Amino acid sequence: MVKTDRLIICEHCDCVYEKVTLAKHQKALCQRCGAVLQRYNGMTLQQRLALSLTAAVLWIFANFYPVMSISLQGLSNSATLWDSVVALSNGPITFIALVAAISIIIAPLFQLLLLIWVLTFALAAKRSPAFKLCMRWLETLRPWSMLEVCLLGAMVAVFKLAGMLDVLPGIGLIALAVLSLLIIRIAGRDVRELWEMLP
Amino acid sequence: MSSPALAAELNLALCHACTAACDITEHPHTCPRCGAPLHVRKPNALARTWAYMIAALVFYIPANLLPVMNTSLFGSGADSTIMSGVIEFWGHGAWDIASIIFIASIAVPATKFVALTLLLVTVQRRSDWARKERAQLYRFVEVIGYWSMLDVIVVALVAALVKFQALGDIEPRPGILFFGLVVVFTMLSAMSFDPRMIWESRIDEERMDETSIP
Repeated sequence: MVKTDRLIICEHCDCVYEKVTLAKHQKALCQRCGAVLQRYNGMTLQQRLALSLTAAVLWIFANFYPVMSISLQGLSNSATLWDSVVALSNGPITFIALVAAISIIIAPLFQLLLLIWVLTFALAAKRSPAFKLCMRWLETLRPWSMLEVCLLGAMVAVFKLAGMLDVLPGIGLIALAVLSLLIIRIAGRDVRELWEMLP
Repeated sequence: MSSPALAAELNLALCHACTAACDITEHPHTCPRCGAPLHVRKPNALARTWAYMIAALVFYIPANLLPVMNTSLFGSGADSTIMSGVIEFWGHGAWDIASIIFIASIAVPATKFVALTLLLVTVQRRSDWARKERAQLYRFVEVIGYWSMLDVIVVALVAALVKFQALGDIEPRPGILFFGLVVVFTMLSAMSFDPRMIWESRIDEERMDETSIP
C-alpha cells in the first residue's frame, strides 16, 4: 500500500513525485513533460482573504460605475458592464449575452463569494459548510472568468470609438483593471492548498 | 536519474477536481478527499475533443463571413465583419490595435484548430514524436483559449455606448453569436483533451489494459 498524501501526480503526463518544500520564487517542474507541479506561494490566509474582500468592493465599483462614457455633438452616454451585456441580448443572438454575462460578471462574482466564504472559515482552521462543493466550483469557474479579456476589450473599444467621438474612461474601467489583476492572484490554482491546510 | 514512476503502475489516479493522488485499489470510483468521480483518463477524450472542435470549425465560417456589427453614423449605415474592422484600423494607421484584434479574433482560433488537430492525430497514431513539445503545445492552447472573447466584449461595449438614434447607432449582428460559439466550443474542446494520452505508447497501452479498472 502506498502512502498517498505526500505524493503529487503530474496533471499532464501522470508521473508520480514526492512533494517538496519550495523556497521563494521556486517552482517544481515535471522531469518528463515540463509542466509545473508546485509553485511557491507566499500568501497567507489573512492576505488572501483581505485581497478577496478588496476585490469584492472593486467588483461593486466595476459593475455599478460606467466603464466609459462618450459624447457626440452635445449628446452623451455611458455604459456599465451590465449595459453591454444587455446590448447583446436583443434579437436572435441572446445566447451570446448569457456567455458574456457569465464570463465578465457572474463567474468573477461567484469566485469572490466562494473565496470569501471558504477563507473566512479557514481563518478559524475550519472547513466551511459545503467546503467540497465550493472548492470544486472554484475549479470549474476559473476558465470561464475572463475579466482580463474584458479589460483589454474595453481598451480596444476606447480606441475604436476615439476616432469618431469623444471617449472618457470611467471609474468602472479603473476598478476593472485592478480587479482583473487581483482575481488572477487570489483565485489561481494555488487555492488548492486549502485542501491540505484543512484536513 | 531514472524516469519517475507512473501513476498507473502504482495504482494511483489523479483527481481532476482537487488534484489529490488517489489510491484506486481502495477508492475505485470517487476521490476520498473531495468526492469527485475518478477517471484514469478523461472519459471519451478523443471523441469529445473532435466533436467540440468540428462544431467550432463549422461556426468559424459564419463567424468570419457574417457581419458582427452595424454602424450607422448620420444616417448612413454599414455592416462590418471582424476582418473589415481589422482592415479599417490598419488603414487609419492604428496597426497596434489592428494586430491585437487580428491575433485575438482570427489567429488564436486558427492556431487552436491546427494545434488540436495535430495533437489529436498524433495521439491517435500513438506517435512518440516530439512528446515534450506537444505537451507544451497543449498548455499553450489552454493559455490562449479565452482571448478570442475580446471581440465579443468590444462589440458589446461599443453597442451599449453608441445609442444616439438618428445621429449615430451601433448594433450587434449575428456574426458575433457565432464568434462567441467558436470561443466556447474551442475551450470545451481543449478541456476535453487529455494531455496524458500524448505519453501513451503501444507498449503502455497493453500494460494498462491488464491493470486498468473499468
